[in-house]
Amino acid sequence: MTMPPDLRDRLPVLLPFRLCRSKTQHRLGAGSGALLCVSLVLFAATASAQAGRVVPSTLQVIAKWAPLLLTGFAFNILISAFAMLLGTITGLGLGLGLLSELRPIRQVSWALTQIFRNAPWLVLLFFVMFLVPFQITIFNVRIPFPDWVKATVGFALPVMANVAEVVRGAVKSLPSTQWEAAEALAFTRRQTMWRIILPQCIKRMLPPWMNIYSLVTMSTVLASIVGVSEMLTLTAQVHAAEGGRPELFAPLYGFALLCFFLYCYPINLWTAQLERRFQTR
Amino acid sequence: MDAISGWFQRLYESTGFNFSIFYDSYDWNRYVSGLKMTLILSVTTILISLVLGAAGALIQSGPSRLLRSLVNAFVVVFRNTPPLVQLFFFYFGLGTMLPATETATGMREPLLNNVGWAIISLSLFAAAFNVEIFRSGIEAVPKTTIEAAEALGYTRFKAYCHIVLPLAIRVCLPALNNNLVNLLKTTTLAYAIAVPETLYALKQIWSESQNVLEMMIVLLATYGILVGVLVWLMHRWERAMHIPGYSR
Amino acid sequence: MTAAWTADQPMVKCTDVRKSFGAFEVLKGISLSVRKGEVICIIGPSGSGKSTLIRCINALVPITSGTIHVEGIDVTDPQLDKLALRRKVGMVFQQYNLFPHKTALQNVMMAPLHVLRQEKGAVEERSRALLAKVRLAGKEDSYPGELSGGQQQRVAIARSLAMRPDVMLFDEVTAALDPETVKEVLVTIRELVEEGMTCMLVTHEMGFAREVADQIYFTDHGVIVEHGPPATFFTEARDERTRQFLSQIL
Repeated sequence: MTMPPDLRDRLPVLLPFRLCRSKTQHRLGAGSGALLCVSLVLFAATASAQAGRVVPSTLQVIAKWAPLLLTGFAFNILISAFAMLLGTITGLGLGLGLLSELRPIRQVSWALTQIFRNAPWLVLLFFVMFLVPFQITIFNVRIPFPDWVKATVGFALPVMANVAEVVRGAVKSLPSTQWEAAEALAFTRRQTMWRIILPQCIKRMLPPWMNIYSLVTMSTVLASIVGVSEMLTLTAQVHAAEGGRPELFAPLYGFALLCFFLYCYPINLWTAQLERRFQTR
Repeated sequence: MDAISGWFQRLYESTGFNFSIFYDSYDWNRYVSGLKMTLILSVTTILISLVLGAAGALIQSGPSRLLRSLVNAFVVVFRNTPPLVQLFFFYFGLGTMLPATETATGMREPLLNNVGWAIISLSLFAAAFNVEIFRSGIEAVPKTTIEAAEALGYTRFKAYCHIVLPLAIRVCLPALNNNLVNLLKTTTLAYAIAVPETLYALKQIWSESQNVLEMMIVLLATYGILVGVLVWLMHRWERAMHIPGYSR
Repeated sequence: MTAAWTADQPMVKCTDVRKSFGAFEVLKGISLSVRKGEVICIIGPSGSGKSTLIRCINALVPITSGTIHVEGIDVTDPQLDKLALRRKVGMVFQQYNLFPHKTALQNVMMAPLHVLRQEKGAVEERSRALLAKVRLAGKEDSYPGELSGGQQQRVAIARSLAMRPDVMLFDEVTAALDPETVKEVLVTIRELVEEGMTCMLVTHEMGFAREVADQIYFTDHGVIVEHGPPATFFTEARDERTRQFLSQIL
């Protein structure tokens, strides 16, 4: 025997599931922060102790090379910004294609989204690096594609697919009454989309969009595998310049971890805050 | 099987599309062993990260402040740093600091090879996300249900095992499946520390045979199929775990 | 400490129970006693502490001061054996709180199997008999989401009975139900009463209270204002607050 729908809503069988970073959110509070600092200090001490020779301490090494590594980090940020820009614009178009009324466009958009979402980011990077030529000639004008530009395009592809999904999800989450009201006022579908639906969706799209940006930033290090000279490549070169001592690996990569952490953690905190704020509306 | 290899050989000779893995047994074996390594990496990391995630979520709702801070620090660090750098940190940073033995020829042989470090690093990375997912699932179990379990005589731990965890898993399954599919895609990072998985094997093949485009297509198709199979399995799991009468 | 308890002593005895949540005092000195086979109903306006009192008796909520004894077991003892207490006291909640991922039969069987570690065949037989007793004989393999509110509440009653308690606590068990389904639950409770089960009910159903109760307690703002047998309670209430409450609801 099935229950009448209104009665079913009253039963607290289970509370609704929210992947919430809201209530007891993971934050770096005093306890966790203290633990991290203690472990960092212990780690550095162990690393230096294992060295066993009189050498400049690991902190001095890092201080010496920090400016260079930070310029590498800035390059990573640059790549992520361009990839995000390119991916957002194309993703918006692809998302509108997913919502199109014409079946062929919808199906092609769906296929593209699936391909670029299901492929690993590294594979897509290889794809673009190896198959896009290093320069093309149009009308006797040579346009070079340096490595980092190809990498940016490689990162923009999964961004495009993810943004398309976010756009589609946001538009679908608006109540159908909005569409009905617009239709009753004789708006065309295109006007409805641009003047009514999308402006309302921007708020909903913001937290997942920022989440994608955080993912892209962390993915830019993949470019070191395909030969682009960014922070991780520089880290390896610095390590070689310092004599390739094994005990320097952990501090150098730890420094890279720290840079990314200091950049991405505030972004994620801000994202969670926005999510909370928009949910209560 | 000969028909397939014959067809691809003819394809190569007539059009120049060189799908060497289908007619050359050496290449095929390399591809299959790469595939096996990807599957090994995926299955082990998925299982380990699920266990770690459940344990972390249990600790997070427990009484010990110290343990809670530890798990919190772990989750915050692993979620906000690139997995590739984590992998390098573990393999190069920690790997060289651990004691090592010497092989017969006097070469330094670390205790844990690159596959082991890849599994450890990726499991921890995925576990950090799983802790948060499991915690959201646990928070969806109403306090009154736990109260009813207590009134029947269940201890806190028994209630967690028999009632809270089964309910939490059923509720958070879609988010969990998403994370596990991402984990399958993240196993490609092991390429960076020379783990012989699918990407590594195919790159070796196209470096030798110069058939980059064809091997790229095989690579994309492989991961497309792997992800598709995993998603299908997850859907089956979701349907089996569905609570009748609850939600659409 | 489990003092030697004999059947002539009260089954449940609360003495000057006080409970505060922070600065807010919910129970301000409650004393009552329930003999074996007695049925008492606790009524009163919302916020008067009725649900809190019930939860204190079952050690779900610790009390700030006072004592509670159930069959001689001191509920306030810090070394209390909670399992022994919960074997004697069964509780049914307003929100049924069935476990949604198990069938009705599994819900009833779970506690004796996991907590008491009894043998599966015997537990299953007893559980089926209990479900038949609450008139849900064909619904053993239905999940809670597929049952109506009244059916779920009856499964919840069967689940508590599976632990073979000596005292049953009911916390406003019909408050979340439709009027049509309220009756089927009340019939089940009445049958329990007629079999001699000691019951403490927190309820708004005045007609039902008048029928089954031996004593009616009226609470307001954390104290028991007055109590008496239903025959005199409803017609000759002594206290002004009681009369005001009764005039509002009757």
